[in-house]
Amino acid sequence: MDRRQFFKLCACGATTSAIAALGMMPGEAMAAPREYKLLRAKETRNNCCYCSVGCGLLMYSHGTVGKNSEQSIFHIEGDVDNPVNRGALCPKGAGLVDYVNSPNRNQYPEVREPGTNEWKRISWQEAYSRIARHMKDDRDANLIETNEAGTTVNRWLTTGMMTSSAQPNEGGFITHKFARATGLVAIDTIARN
Amino acid sequence: MSAQDIILSSGTSELTPAAQVRRKVAKMTKLFDATKCNGCKACQVACSEWNDLRAPIGEFSGSYQNPADLSSECWTLMKFHEFKKNDKMHWQFTHTACMHCDDPACLTACSTKGAIVQRSNGTVDFDSDKCTGCGYCVSACPFNIPRLDPIDQKAYKCTMCADRTQIGLEPACVKTCITGALRFGTREDMLFYADLRVKQLKEKGYANAGLYNPEGVGGTGMVMILHDINQPESYGLPADPKTSLPVKLWQDVVKPLGAVGIIATAAVAIAHRITVGRNIVEEDEPAAYDHSHDDNQKSDKE
Repeated sequence: MDRRQFFKLCACGATTSAIAALGMMPGEAMAAPREYKLLRAKETRNNCCYCSVGCGLLMYSHGTVGKNSEQSIFHIEGDVDNPVNRGALCPKGAGLVDYVNSPNRNQYPEVREPGTNEWKRISWQEAYSRIARHMKDDRDANLIETNEAGTTVNRWLTTGMMTSSAQPNEGGFITHKFARATGLVAIDTIARN
Repeated sequence: MSAQDIILSSGTSELTPAAQVRRKVAKMTKLFDATKCNGCKACQVACSEWNDLRAPIGEFSGSYQNPADLSSECWTLMKFHEFKKNDKMHWQFTHTACMHCDDPACLTACSTKGAIVQRSNGTVDFDSDKCTGCGYCVSACPFNIPRLDPIDQKAYKCTMCADRTQIGLEPACVKTCITGALRFGTREDMLFYADLRVKQLKEKGYANAGLYNPEGVGGTGMVMILHDINQPESYGLPADPKTSLPVKLWQDVVKPLGAVGIIATAAVAIAHRITVGRNIVEEDEPAAYDHSHDDNQKSDKE
């Protein structure tokens, strides 16, 4: 190759690049929106448990129900088929996925013994037995069986009960019956938090 | 989605327009009824949830508005406006997101081909693969919507949930709205609904109620029903938004002139070559080499 050929090659190269730079080369891809992220996600129906309205939810999780995949919720939105909310959700409900995946979420029973500031993890069995024991002791000590007039009232005023607000009628009925049967007066749901 | 679904594209001109096939797709419009909004921010949360955005937790600034402003990780923001009228306090909420103008200033300002597009359903979208992060769209937008991301330096804004609308769903903010302040449908339907609602508001005593659908940007893909259409500023909206003159001059005059200049220069050069031919320099006889200096230099070094 002599000097003249070298310059010719350089000129050809520069011209080709100029043509490409002027936009005369075919483009690669179109401006496509990102893929619809729920396309094959597993959809599960549930109720929002954060107030008494009880909006319907659709929860979407990664993975199928196949035995080798662990599901994890990555998106939650309103259920349009639920007559309560018809797909709408308040800000609390719209951000539920961050509650589910929150590092601060309580996932197992814990107890903080009197006189300590440490939470100790306990088993469900232990938790139920402990709650039952405390309830029984407190009720035995503080149940008011009759009022001043001598009428039977069976009031248990020293303990309150916080129940779920996301129950159907039947669940609410049983919860109510249980609480009233023990004499509890103060029953509330987390709907009023 | 293909190029045929795009009817306007940045970096193109009337000579090299974007694909124009799918003109029959109905234009979709989001309607925000400020008279029904209770400022709950569900739209803001649903947007962040759907688009997988998590803006950093802000600080209290004397308003319910949080974060304080839109960002590359906050595409929809509930803005709270307080003002006094007739010695009475007014507290108004604005669903602040991209207005999806029919004649978008951001798209006009963008020089990168295809970085900003308008789809056949009317939504204006950014293609972050093509965005060069110049920020022209940020300064051009009359509604002050796009924001550059501090990490990848590309511009981001509301896409009207293009990934949902392309398969026939409503945007996430509209689906979640509990009061019905946000609605979504064809442009025709939304304008019809807005008309009815404005009439209803006038009967209720809001004499100045009206639809915010500014003509300066060719109408918007998000229209708003306001209590007082004569005071859009009280909602943080510009009274007469339009593409600014420098942006128009740059794209419509300076850039074509520049192209003409380059082509004219090349044409003149070629014409000169053909008509006049190359310059032939008449070289002088080379002077005889003077050896006396060599000796001097040698002696200096020694």
